[in-house]
Amino acid sequence: MKLETWNLKLMALQLRRKTHESVVYIDRDSAPRIMPSGEDFILEDLPIGTRVLYPNPPIKGLPNREAAIRYALNHPHGCDPLFAQLEPGMRVTVAVDDISLPLPPMATPDIRQTVLEIVLDMLAGHGVDDVHIIIANSLHRKMTEWEMKRMVGKAIFDEYYPDRYYNHDAEWTDGLIKIGETKHKEPLTLNRRAAESDLLIYVNINLVPMDGGHKSVAVGLCDYESLRAHHEPQTIRDSDSYMDPARSELNHKVQRLGKIVDEQLNVFHIETAINNRMYKGDMDFLLRNEDDFTAFDRMKFEAMRYTMSKLPRPARRKLLHSRPAQYEMIACHAGKTEPVHDKIIEKAFDQYAIPVRGQCDILITGIPDISPYNVYSVLNPLLVQVMGLGYHFNFYRNKPLLKKGGVLIIHHPCYDEFDHKFHPSYIEFFNRLLPETRDAFVLRDKYEREFANNPSYVEMYRRGNAYHGAHPFFMWYWGENGRQHVGKVIAAGAENAHVPAMLGWDRADNLTEAIAMARSFMGSSAEITMLHQPIIGIADME
Amino acid sequence: MYGLTVQLFYSWPEGRGLGYIGQSNFFEQLNPGERERKFGLDDLGDGLAAAAFYDLEGTLVSTNLVHTLVFYARNEPGLLRSLKKSASTLLSLPVFAVTDQYSRKVFNDLYFKRYKGVKEDRLRFLADDLFLSVLKPAVFPGAYELLEKSRSLGLRQVVVTGALDVSVKPLMEHLGIEEYVANRLEFVNGVATGRLLPPVMAAATKASWIRVFAEREGLSLSDSYAYTDSMSDLPMLSIVGHPAAINPDMRLRQTALHHDWPILNLK
Repeated sequence: MKLETWNLKLMALQLRRKTHESVVYIDRDSAPRIMPSGEDFILEDLPIGTRVLYPNPPIKGLPNREAAIRYALNHPHGCDPLFAQLEPGMRVTVAVDDISLPLPPMATPDIRQTVLEIVLDMLAGHGVDDVHIIIANSLHRKMTEWEMKRMVGKAIFDEYYPDRYYNHDAEWTDGLIKIGETKHKEPLTLNRRAAESDLLIYVNINLVPMDGGHKSVAVGLCDYESLRAHHEPQTIRDSDSYMDPARSELNHKVQRLGKIVDEQLNVFHIETAINNRMYKGDMDFLLRNEDDFTAFDRMKFEAMRYTMSKLPRPARRKLLHSRPAQYEMIACHAGKTEPVHDKIIEKAFDQYAIPVRGQCDILITGIPDISPYNVYSVLNPLLVQVMGLGYHFNFYRNKPLLKKGGVLIIHHPCYDEFDHKFHPSYIEFFNRLLPETRDAFVLRDKYEREFANNPSYVEMYRRGNAYHGAHPFFMWYWGENGRQHVGKVIAAGAENAHVPAMLGWDRADNLTEAIAMARSFMGSSAEITMLHQPIIGIADME
Repeated sequence: MYGLTVQLFYSWPEGRGLGYIGQSNFFEQLNPGERERKFGLDDLGDGLAAAAFYDLEGTLVSTNLVHTLVFYARNEPGLLRSLKKSASTLLSLPVFAVTDQYSRKVFNDLYFKRYKGVKEDRLRFLADDLFLSVLKPAVFPGAYELLEKSRSLGLRQVVVTGALDVSVKPLMEHLGIEEYVANRLEFVNGVATGRLLPPVMAAATKASWIRVFAEREGLSLSDSYAYTDSMSDLPMLSIVGHPAAINPDMRLRQTALHHDWPILNLK
C-alpha cells in the first residue's frame, strides 16, 4: 500500500473516532448531510474534517406517565403533598405553559392535559370548586380557542372555557397586582387571580434548560414593566449562556424575583422533562446520522423532498406544522419550585448534554421552521435572527461552541415575510427601526416603550393573537450575546440581499460559497462544526 | 371642495395660543363643549404633542349612519308618518350601499337629503334616546380599552366623524371625548334643508381637517394615531405616523395588509 493511501486511511480512522455518539466527523466517504433551511431540506456535502453535532438518542419515556405524575404529586419536594394542601372552598389557580412549549406542539394528549386531568380530579375530590386555569403566556401571543382546546382536551375545555380557562393578560390593569420589588429595584407585578389564590399550581413542560423554575410564574404571569427589568441587552450579554442556568444572568435575576414569589404566594410546582424524540416514523431520519441511513431512510427523505418541491411555500409550512412532535415524558417532579427545578434540570442535561472538546472557528446551522414564536405562523427575519444568534448560538455550557470572533453560517431563505396577525409590531421594528440602528441599547432606550404602549399593538395583544408590542425588542436582545461574540454572520441560501443586510449579515447563495467566505475570513485551516438541525442539545464544552 | 376646506381652515384668525377657538362658524364644529378650554404651549412638552384621531361609526361603534336615520324615521310623530318614513328609508338602503361604494360624497348628498324637513329641536330631543337605545349598546367593548390606553399616553382624543353633531354629542360625553368634529345640517327657520354645512366631513376632507388642526394645535402628525374602518378614510390614515384599521372592510383590510398597518378587532 502506498504511503499516501495509508495516510489517508489513517486520517479517515482518526476522523471516525467516536468521542461521543452524537459527535460525528466528516471524512472522504461520508454521506452528504441533511440540512433544514426554512421549510426546505437540502443535502450538503461538508468539508472533510467538519464536526457534526447530532441530538442525543432519546431517553426512553416513562412507561406510565399518569402513575409518574401521581407519584410526584404525592411525594413532593419541600412541601406537603398536593392532596394535603387542599381544603374545601379554597381558591385555586392552575397556570400552564403556553404554546411556545414544546416545539413543535406535541402529539395529543399533551402532557399538560394529563397533568390537568389528574390535578383537577384531585381538586374536585377535595371539594375545591373555585378553580381557574390560566395560560402563562406573559407577553407572548394569546393562544387561539382551537389551540387551547387541543392543549387540554375537549372535556376540560368544555368545562372551563372561556370563563375559567383563559390566557393571561399582561395589559389588563385590573387583573394585575404588584407583589413586590427586589433590592435591585426590579418590580414584580403578577396576574391578580393567580397571586390572590390560596394555592397556585404551575404545570410546566421543560424543553430547554432555560425553561421552568422561577421563570414559570415570575415571567409567565407578569406584566411588561416586570419583564423589561431583565429582558434587556445587558442581562443577555452577561448570560454565558442563557441555556446554562448557573451562568445565566437572566436566570439569576429571575431567581431574585422567584424569592418574592415564594414569600408572597403558595406555589405548588409540577415540572416535567421530556426526551428529544421530535419525530418518529416517517420523519425520524432527520434526527439520525446520515452515514447510518438504511435504503428505506433514503427513500423516505427523497419522497419528502420530492413532495415538498412540488408544493408552494405556505403549503410546505402547513405540512410541517401539521406534524406533531412525539416527545415522551422522562421525569416529573412536584413541590417547591427550586428543588423541583433542580431535579428537572439534572434530567434535562442527561438528555441534552453533548460532551464537546474544542471550540470551532466556523459554526454552521440550518434554521428549521421551528421556533417558540412561530407556531402555526411564519419564521420572519427577526425570528431567523433569534434562532441563529439566540437559541442555536446559546446551546452551550461552559464556553461557546464558536470561538470569539468566529463566523456563524446560518442557512435560511431569509424571506421578507411577516404574519400580520401574530407579529404586527415586528413589521414596524424591522422596517422602521433596524434601518436606523441595530444597537440594542439605543433601541431599548429610544423605542421600546413607544412600541410597548402603542394602543394598536396593545389592543391586538389583548383582543387578538398578537405578540406584545415590545416583543420584537426582546427578540433582538435575545441575540445580543451571540451578536457580540461572533465576528461575522453569513446567511447562506438567502433569497434576497436586503434582509441579511438589514440584520447586519453577509449573504451567500449557498453553503459552499458561505464556507469559502468564512474561510477567507478565518483562514483556510479553520475548524468547522455543524449543528445538525433540528437539534435540542447543549454542547457541554470541556 | 378640498381647496375650499383648506381655505376655510387657514382663515382661522388667531393661530396657536390662548383662546384660539370660537371665531369661525366652522370651528364651532370642533367641540361645542370645549370652546373655553385653553391650549397653551405648555401642552407641547419637550417635543410636539400628538393626538389620536378616530372615525366613529364602524370604528368605535358598530352602527353606521343608516342606523341613525332609521331611528329618526321610526320616531317620526304619528304612526302613518313613521311607517311611511321607515319604509322609504328601508327602500333607500340599496341605493345607499351602492353609492357608498362609489363615492362617499355622493352618498352624503343622498343620505342627508333624507333629513329634509326634520325639525332641529326634534333631532336634539331624540338625541338622548338615540344614544341610549342605539349608540351606547353599539360601542365596541375594545373601544373603551383603546381610548383608555391612548388617553393614558397623553394623546389628545379627537373624533372625526361624518355623523351628525347633534346625534353624537351624548356619545362623545359617554366616551369622555371632548374634542370632536362632525357634520352639521343646514337649518332654515329650525327646519333641515337636507344639505350639510361645509365642509362635509368625509374622505379627504377629514385628512385636511386633521392636518390644519394639528398645525394649529402644534401636534406632531408623525407621532399621531388614526383609526378607521373604512377605505373612504384612507386619506386620514395616510397623514399620520401610526395608522391602524379597525374592523376594516375588505378593501381597507387589503390596503392595511399591503402597507403593514395594524389591523384591530374591537368586537
